[in-house]
Amino acid sequence: MQEPFDTDVAIVGAGVVGCAIARELARFRLRVTLLEAGPDVGAGTSKANTALLHTGFDAKPGTLEARLVARGYELLGDYAQRVGIPVERTGALLVAWNEEQLAEFPGILERARANGSTELRELGADELYRLEPHLGPGAHGAIEVPGEGLVCPFTTPLAYATEAVLAGCELRRSTPVTTVSRLEDGGFRLATPGGGLTARYLVNAAGLHSDELDRMLGHDGFMVTPRRGELIVFDKLARPLVRHIVLAVPTKVTKGVLIAPTVFGNVMLGPTADDVERKDDTDSTRRGLDYLMAEGRRIMPELLGHEVTAVYAGLRAATEHSDYQLSIHAPEGYACVGGIRSTGLSASMAIAEHVREELGAAGLRLEPKAAPPPGFRMPNIGEQAERPYQRAELIEGDPDYGRIVCFCERVTRGEIRDALDGPLPAVDLDGLRRRTRAHMGRCQGFFCGAELVAELERGAP
Amino acid sequence: MTVVVLGGGPAGLAAALELRRRDTYDVLLVEREPALGGIPRHACHQGFGLRDLRRPLTGPAYARRYAELAAEAGAELRTETMVTGWSPGGPLELTGPRGRETIQPDALILATGCRERPRSARLVPGSRPDGVMTTGTLQQLVYLEERQVGRRALVVGAEHVSFSALLTLRHGGASAVGMVTELPRHQSLALFRAGAALRWRTPVWTRTALTAIHGRPRVEEVELTELDSGRTRGVACDTVVFTADWIPDHELAVMGGLDMNPGTLGPMVDAALHTSRPGVFAAGNLLHGAETADVAALSGRHAAAGAAAFVRGGASPKHVVSIECEPPLHWISPNAVSPSAGPPPRGRFALRSREFARRPRVELVQDASTLWSGRVARLTPGRSARLPHAWTEAVDPSGGPVRVRVVGRG
Repeated sequence: MQEPFDTDVAIVGAGVVGCAIARELARFRLRVTLLEAGPDVGAGTSKANTALLHTGFDAKPGTLEARLVARGYELLGDYAQRVGIPVERTGALLVAWNEEQLAEFPGILERARANGSTELRELGADELYRLEPHLGPGAHGAIEVPGEGLVCPFTTPLAYATEAVLAGCELRRSTPVTTVSRLEDGGFRLATPGGGLTARYLVNAAGLHSDELDRMLGHDGFMVTPRRGELIVFDKLARPLVRHIVLAVPTKVTKGVLIAPTVFGNVMLGPTADDVERKDDTDSTRRGLDYLMAEGRRIMPELLGHEVTAVYAGLRAATEHSDYQLSIHAPEGYACVGGIRSTGLSASMAIAEHVREELGAAGLRLEPKAAPPPGFRMPNIGEQAERPYQRAELIEGDPDYGRIVCFCERVTRGEIRDALDGPLPAVDLDGLRRRTRAHMGRCQGFFCGAELVAELERGAP
Repeated sequence: MTVVVLGGGPAGLAAALELRRRDTYDVLLVEREPALGGIPRHACHQGFGLRDLRRPLTGPAYARRYAELAAEAGAELRTETMVTGWSPGGPLELTGPRGRETIQPDALILATGCRERPRSARLVPGSRPDGVMTTGTLQQLVYLEERQVGRRALVVGAEHVSFSALLTLRHGGASAVGMVTELPRHQSLALFRAGAALRWRTPVWTRTALTAIHGRPRVEEVELTELDSGRTRGVACDTVVFTADWIPDHELAVMGGLDMNPGTLGPMVDAALHTSRPGVFAAGNLLHGAETADVAALSGRHAAAGAAAFVRGGASPKHVVSIECEPPLHWISPNAVSPSAGPPPRGRFALRSREFARRPRVELVQDASTLWSGRVARLTPGRSARLPHAWTEAVDPSGGPVRVRVVGRG
């Protein structure tokens, strides 16, 4: 029988949200196609964020975001353990630096209770300095949020996409969707430079461009204003300075600058929050970097004595609304998943679950596959678990896991080889970096940069 | 008795060679790269080997020569092997294709070298395009991987290595649109500067900062700012090479709990190149970034003599007094005084400044007493001035730190 559509569900955008939805739907007897404009999954907004695993204690109670972050926190925490996504449960300290900020504490605790976060605890200055001895002078007290943690922003979308692809989802990278239109008898036509595609259902997970896609279908619900966040990553030698995620008391405008460890063993300082015009304006700025360094000097002066390893900027898909822009247009079979801000990493699996339920209610047939979900494990790139170079038995089986190519991050030739192979191979240096950590360290390629470029060309099909 | 040398560049290879010349020791040299020789491997120009091997060689020839000499002398040279663990008092943990092992040597020489600060560490804002690299990456791309690096490059820095980057760019088929330095003049030899001006008309923009990089996916333009006027201008280019601004590769030294020097960012050493940990020596550009390969090799030779004496049962000297620099002086090396450490490498202390000065008077003072005072020929950022060493005899072991300062200029 001739299928009326090329695919059952087309998902536009392979950021962390699009990948999570692809993974969720690939568990059912559906043809799922995931389209990504960029060269790789998770290579846009998803790769440049603060990488926190949020409990959602500070979300606005009653919002969809509050619900999905809380649920996503549980789901991603479990999934990460199952498939090997690096997570570190550091806990967070929300620090008040003056009386005014201290006065905000009751409100923050009240909001957390409304969100179901019950483990929060207020600390006096003495206890705070015992827990975080390298904080700068002048802290008045803190709220401890034990559940907050770190999650690898690179492995998460890669894991979702890997599972989806193993389960039969078709992933098309470097495939920008230029136009979308409705077909007369239901379904959608998507145009890409490589040809058209028809789909019965359409999921808009286009991130910064989700509003444009939405408008192509005649909706006018929201507008994305990219909000740039610049971040500074400090050398691994700074890691012993910081034990928790050190949060600021949020204002109406911003959540403020935080200092946090990373799952790679560095320390991160940021982000800034500036609305920008262009959706590709991931430039760092003198003003932004100066501001972050000044904040860092105040929050943890010793941090500035360490070398800076990396500077980057990401764009949040901010909208004029305070909540996620998640809507299902049931009769036409269109799900819009827009306005997902920095909490989207934590919420991703819950967003996917929500979209699946809503599409099911809208008529998408969801028959679980007979076969169990594919068994797989992501290569560990976090510092909490054993890395390949540390595993004698692995090196014995294959000496390439003992050949360290990227010295700063201790990435072996075996890992580089794996990243250029497998179900979701890296196609560029950035993809190699996100899969292995190679080129991510303090020398930024002084030692291994040339070799990685050569490896990539050898690995390219 | 086993002496381990960490790092197979000029300093490490020279140290291994010297240890074997003084025989009786098992010498294991550990290098994390697949090939021995360090940075000279990909510095394909003349000028290597003058001070140590007494003959002019290219970088790769120099690297090969040292590797041969060390192997012939009977040192075990293990490549593709990295120290992945070390702690104060603990053994070395090695990882390589042979697997993992721990060793506790009788003496250790750290010769892990240095690297150039990359763009991120210099906090240059803008986009993150392809085509931004250090000299190290540039040389490896051109000489080891033999590939194109772009057509029009901006070179950041105007030291020796910056002119070396010019040569590499030409070899790789690119031209330099200019060199940019925040200092009032270049810091290399007049000959190099004149050569670059005559042969390639490369301008050196002094008192000028690189303030932004633009373009995607590749560099398209850089923003330069004149420091005195504040005027900015755009310069079109497709490659940016960050040169110099060296930082010792000191992570291992920090892991091992060695006392570090705030000026050099390398481990603190006395004139025998002994660190604060007994039996652990440091040599070459790990001590301070960066000297030429032959100077690094001589430093390795010096550390080997110290390590040999230590293994023979020499006392482990305590650093009793540190040597500290006052601005604009940047660092001094060696930077600790121990009794009976003997003279420093090449019979001199190396002194660096952050500012230029011609024939300044320099003073070494401990508490109220002046240990030495005299003129040095000139101070140039990125290049070492020499100080004599006889004054160390006069240091009071129970006194405060020795302070080095410039007291008069011109």
